[in-house]
Amino acid sequence: MTVVAIVCFALLGAGAVLILARLALGPSLLDRVVSTDALLVTIACGIAVYCAVYRDISLEPVLLVVALLAFVGSVSVARYIGGMLVKAEETPEERS
Amino acid sequence: MTVADVVASVCLVAGSFLCLTAGLGLVRFPDVLNRMHAATKPQVLGVLLVMTGAVIRLVGQPIVWMLVLVAVFQLLTAPVSAHLVSRVAYRRRHVRRDLLLVDELGVPAPSGSTAAARADEPAEGPERAGG
Amino acid sequence: MSARVGRLRQQGLLLVWLVLVWNLLWGTFSWANLLSGALLAVVVTTLLPLPPVTTSGRFRPLAALRFLGRFLLDLLVSSVEVSWLAFRPGRHRSAIITVQLRTDSDLLLTVIAEALSLVPGSLVLDLDRERKVMAIHLVQVRDAAHVERQRANVLGMEDRVVRAFGSAEDIARLDDPSTETPETEGVGRR
Repeated sequence: MTVVAIVCFALLGAGAVLILARLALGPSLLDRVVSTDALLVTIACGIAVYCAVYRDISLEPVLLVVALLAFVGSVSVARYIGGMLVKAEETPEERS
Repeated sequence: MTVADVVASVCLVAGSFLCLTAGLGLVRFPDVLNRMHAATKPQVLGVLLVMTGAVIRLVGQPIVWMLVLVAVFQLLTAPVSAHLVSRVAYRRRHVRRDLLLVDELGVPAPSGSTAAARADEPAEGPERAGG
Repeated sequence: MSARVGRLRQQGLLLVWLVLVWNLLWGTFSWANLLSGALLAVVVTTLLPLPPVTTSGRFRPLAALRFLGRFLLDLLVSSVEVSWLAFRPGRHRSAIITVQLRTDSDLLLTVIAEALSLVPGSLVLDLDRERKVMAIHLVQVRDAAHVERQRANVLGMEDRVVRAFGSAEDIARLDDPSTETPETEGVGRR
């Protein structure tokens, strides 16, 4: 099981590093929203792997919170940008 | 290791691998919409697999229901956030038109489209530093 | 009268769902959890009311199972496809297509959009509610024939969803070819 843990954490860690690279590179705000979302989901996966491998359930509420936070965060930022868009352009078809 | 452990391990590793794929796609794909595909989609299956593995390992403890709940929330919420982000991305024209084979939606670019695109950040400049 | 019954049924379903989530959060089903969950659900639904959704359809287990199975298969296959795309050297072409849908129910359209967005490779960009036209971003297309195949896939997904959850009316509309022709003019089909 330790081998599984090492392999999983290596894969997740590499994924997280790549996501962080995109988070740093941008170039737009939306790219960063997407990568933050992906990063939080990766963290949730990491917590789940930890819980599973060591049969330790103390972190599971954190798992739930992180998974929901990813959703709430990306939706609120996307809506915020959408609002800026409506204000910036003020064309009728943009206002849905 | 029992059979259940083996199945759980396979699920965990496969799920982690899909998360790595998400990161790779996020770095390599050319525009926001493509990156959305890379970031949210393999991850949905990845999360489902990791949760399945965890449920198999932790079965018998009352807390496994929370894992089920996480998986269900993921299934319900991922499309919503993906849709919101992608719609904003399309309207802000963070889309590489030259990479589209077909564009049937074809919202005509307004006269000030370059200015609008610059209002946030460039849709896609030349890839900076190491692209 | 029937609208009232429908609304009550819908409220009931929402309450059951909220109580279930509450119990899952605590991890155990106990009387205390059930009671406090029910109380909380009532408080939440009265304080934050949702707009009513017209649920005219009914649930067909066999068709739903077919939809679910095909959905899981799609999820698996196209996850592998997108992963391969991320690893493969070279660039790919994507496309935005519009698809003329035939169903006219908010709930069914929501289910279709959710399912389409969850399956990798397609992403719902926009939905024109009046004309029932859905704009979909496809991550990888090879040529025009491939685009048409993807369009057929989307319509197949609609077909399965409506046959699983739609009312008899919706299914009749699905089979009626005349609903498709007048509105497709100029929105898709190149």
